[in-house]
Amino acid sequence: MATAETLEKIYALIEPVNRKSCQLAPETSFAVDLELDSLTVMDLVADIEDEFDIVIPLNILPDLETIVQVADAVEKIVAENE
Amino acid sequence: MDLLDKFDSIVAQRTALPFEEADPFTVVMDKIISETEAIINGRPTILAGTNNYMGMTFNQEALEAAHKALDDFGTGTTGSRVLNGTYGSHKTLEARIAEFYGVEHCMVFSTGYQANLGMISTLAGKNDYVIIDADSHASIYDGCAMGNATIVRFKHNDVAQLERRLKRLPEDAGKLLVVEGIYSMLGDSAPLKEILELGKEYGCETLVDEAHSMGFCGEKGRGIAEDLGVEHMVDYIVGTFSKSVGTIGGFAVSNHPKFDVLRLVCRPYVFTASLPPSVVASAIASIEAISRAGNRRAHLWENAKMLHGGLKEAGFDLATEKAESPIIAVCLPDIETATHFWENLLKEGVYVNMAVPPATPVGYNLMRVSICAQHTTEQVQEIITRFINTAKKINLKLGNA
Repeated sequence: MATAETLEKIYALIEPVNRKSCQLAPETSFAVDLELDSLTVMDLVADIEDEFDIVIPLNILPDLETIVQVADAVEKIVAENE
Repeated sequence: MDLLDKFDSIVAQRTALPFEEADPFTVVMDKIISETEAIINGRPTILAGTNNYMGMTFNQEALEAAHKALDDFGTGTTGSRVLNGTYGSHKTLEARIAEFYGVEHCMVFSTGYQANLGMISTLAGKNDYVIIDADSHASIYDGCAMGNATIVRFKHNDVAQLERRLKRLPEDAGKLLVVEGIYSMLGDSAPLKEILELGKEYGCETLVDEAHSMGFCGEKGRGIAEDLGVEHMVDYIVGTFSKSVGTIGGFAVSNHPKFDVLRLVCRPYVFTASLPPSVVASAIASIEAISRAGNRRAHLWENAKMLHGGLKEAGFDLATEKAESPIIAVCLPDIETATHFWENLLKEGVYVNMAVPPATPVGYNLMRVSICAQHTTEQVQEIITRFINTAKKINLKLGNA
């Protein structure tokens, strides 16, 4: 499971688009809880990529439904790059 | 579990659209009068949404060539290009397109969709990367989905975001950068020079889809890359016959010395029947006509500018600041307004495309007008007038009101 530090960084990026003021937690879902449209998701993915200086391939996006899934994927990619 | 249940929400969304008689997704053309007119629901209608940019669908030479090929070679080839489906005319067509683009190689596909599907899925393999613009056509996305490469997406036309992503990719990996010359929904052009320079700096091979720019961009009508003088940075150009060329089919051209191996390994090329001889004959004649159609190109641009200017002056919200292509997209606030507008415009006697998500970038509900070189000045004025009448009829507030 992703570290608190990674989760915090992702929470900070989500906050500006958290229009429903959801309490952010690892299991929070982008589509169901946050109700983000696909354009917002795309911008958010770009922000996360820039924050961690990584590429999140389009291929894996359909499998990333919750914040913790994204955080895990981010840590995996960061580790692979090292 | 019924397999089709998963589409119930789409059916519900469609059913909720407020059209009364004419459904934008099930229009039937009863009779085609010319390149620019048809009978729809019994009414004479100006066609302003057919991608028939150069008006080649009734070109006399193309018609005659198609008739002759039909008589001489029959209705179809009944086979793949790599089996019995290559006729002399398929080779001639490929030679003509290569000549038109001034390159060594050309491969003709049975549709433009298959050209993108085949090129992208085959060029980029398991350990390679495909870098695409977020507003790419479905055929580009589907080419990505069909292949095994890692897909990297950048925000539409955002050169800085593209560079940040290119920087992060392994230096020695195979990379294919894919962009379009003109994007089909909004009709906006790509900053191709900047994009291609970046691609080359970071070791990408580059593919440009000129589907909506071939025929009228550039001095010879080869597309945006020709217009901007950047063809030397393009490794593969993909195009279609179903727009400016006025028939159906697709192609890819390249100077890559190993290009011809694609004929053996590109599945959307191998595992489908080749184009019928009549289609091939009309494509050859049409491309020949396009290559010497300087006046027609000029008139098409005049039409596009007049339409854009007229609609802008009337206060419509347009997707581009100026006419960047013969595609002029009018933005409407929501899908309900779009549906009302589209239906009433059709009743006024103008057919355009209603384009809404997911076919458009998110948030865009468009009346997508594509203008034709054969539209007369009077027809263009008529389109503008009928747009204004329709806005009045449905109480759409225009910008200058």
